[in-house]
Amino acid sequence: MKSIWKSVMKFIYHFASPKHFYRISGKLIPWFGWLAAMLLIAGSIDGLFFAPVDYQQGDSYRIIFIHVPAAWMSMFVYMVMATAGAIGMIWKIKLADVVASSSAPIGAAFTFLALVTGSIWGKPMWGAWWVWDARLTSELILLFLYLGFMALEAAIEDPRAAARACAILAIVGVINIPIIHYSVEWWNTLHQGATVTKFDKPSIHISMLIPLLLMALGFKLYYVAVVLVRARNKVLYTEQNNSWVKEIVKAGG
Amino acid sequence: MFNAFLSLLKRDLRLAFRHKSEILNPLFFFVIVVTLFPLGISPEKQTLAEIGPGIIWVAALLASMLSLDSLFRSDFDDGTLEIMLLSEYPLSVMVLAKIIVHWLITGFPIIIFSPLLGTVMFLSPDAIVTLMITLLLGTPILSLIGAIGMALVVALKRGGMLLSLLVLPLYIPVLIFSANAVGSSMAGLSISGQLYFLAAFMIFCLTLAPIATAAALRVSLE
Repeated sequence: MKSIWKSVMKFIYHFASPKHFYRISGKLIPWFGWLAAMLLIAGSIDGLFFAPVDYQQGDSYRIIFIHVPAAWMSMFVYMVMATAGAIGMIWKIKLADVVASSSAPIGAAFTFLALVTGSIWGKPMWGAWWVWDARLTSELILLFLYLGFMALEAAIEDPRAAARACAILAIVGVINIPIIHYSVEWWNTLHQGATVTKFDKPSIHISMLIPLLLMALGFKLYYVAVVLVRARNKVLYTEQNNSWVKEIVKAGG
Repeated sequence: MFNAFLSLLKRDLRLAFRHKSEILNPLFFFVIVVTLFPLGISPEKQTLAEIGPGIIWVAALLASMLSLDSLFRSDFDDGTLEIMLLSEYPLSVMVLAKIIVHWLITGFPIIIFSPLLGTVMFLSPDAIVTLMITLLLGTPILSLIGAIGMALVVALKRGGMLLSLLVLPLYIPVLIFSANAVGSSMAGLSISGQLYFLAAFMIFCLTLAPIATAAALRVSLE
C-alpha cells in the first residue's frame, strides 16, 4: 500500500514539475479550448433558438443559460482555489500555488458575470436593477472574497510567501462561505419586503435543461483551458532562468 | 504552557495600560461614528430606533477592526514575535493570549459603553440588554477573525486598507445575527436562535482562529 502511494506521489511530482507541466499543458489546451468553444456555441444556439419560451417570463428567461453556469463556476473556482492552495501548502507543490493564483481572476470574472446577468435579469422580473436577494447578496460577498485574495497576492512581494498567505486566506474563506451564505439567506427571509415576488420555480423542463448543461460543461472546459494558459504563462515567467525555458525561447516557441 | 500564556497575557495588558490611547481611541471612534448617524440621517426617534442596532453594530465592527493594528504591530517591529515563534510553546496558544488582550482592551470597553449609545438611539431597555449580550458574544469573534487578517498583513508596510478588504466580508454573519437580534427584541420577538448562532460561531472561531492566525504569522515572519 505504501509503495503504491509512493509511486502515485512520484508521478504527481513528476507531472507537477514545471517542465513537464509546460509540455503536457501545451498539448491539452487546444483540446479543452475547442471542446469548450463547440459546447458553448451549441448550447447558445439551442438555448436561444430551440428551447421553448417560458410561460411566465417569456424570452427574457434565456439569460439563465449564462447566469446559472457563471454562478456555478464562481463557487466551483473558489473551491478549486482553496484546494489547490491547501495542496501547495501541505505538499509544497509549486504548481498548485500557480493554479490557485491563476484561478482567482477567472473566478472573480465569473462571479462578476453572474452578478451582472443576475441584475439584468432582475430588471424585467423584479422591476429593479438590484434587489437584496439572498443569492445575489452572497454572490456579491463572494466577489469581495475574490478581490481580497487578489489584493493580498498583489501586496506581498515574495511570490512564495504570497502563495502561502493566499492559501490560508482561501481556506478561511471556504470555511466561511457556507456560514455567510446561510446567514444571508436567513437575513433575507426576515427582511424580504413585498417588492420581491419570488416567482414559483417549476422544475426545469428537459428542453431547457439540455442547453443549460451544455453551457455549464462549456464554461467548465473553458475555465480549464484558460487556467492552463495562465498557469503556463506564470510557470514560464518564474522559471525564466532555467535552461529548458531558454531552449524554448531560442526555438522561438 | 499555562504559565507562559498567563505571563504573556499580563505583559500585554500592562503594555496596553501604559499606552492608554490604545484603549481610549477605539472607544472614542465607536462613540463618534454612532454620533454621526443622527446628524446625517435624522434625529427622529422612530428612525433612529429602527436603524440604531445596525449602526451601533457597524460602529463596533469598525472600531474593533481599526484597532487590530495594536495586536501584532509593535511585537513584529521589535522582534518579540520572532522570539515567540522560536519558543518551545505552541504559537497558537501565545496568539490566543494576545487575542484575549485585544478583546479586553477594545471589545470590553465597547460593551460597557453600549447602554449609553443604545439610550441615545432610543432603543428599548430590553433591546439594550440584548445589545450587550450580542456584543459580549460577537466582539470576541471580531477579535478572533481580525487576528487572522492582521497576521496576514503584518509584514506589509501599508496593510491597513487591505486588512479591511480581507476581514470585513468575514464579519458579515456576526453583523447580520447581532443587529437582527437587537431589532427583534425591540419588536418583542424571540431572539434565542440568533444568540445560539452567535455563541456557536464564537466557540467555532475560538477553536480554529488561533491556529489559522499562527499559520499566517509563520508565513509573515519567514
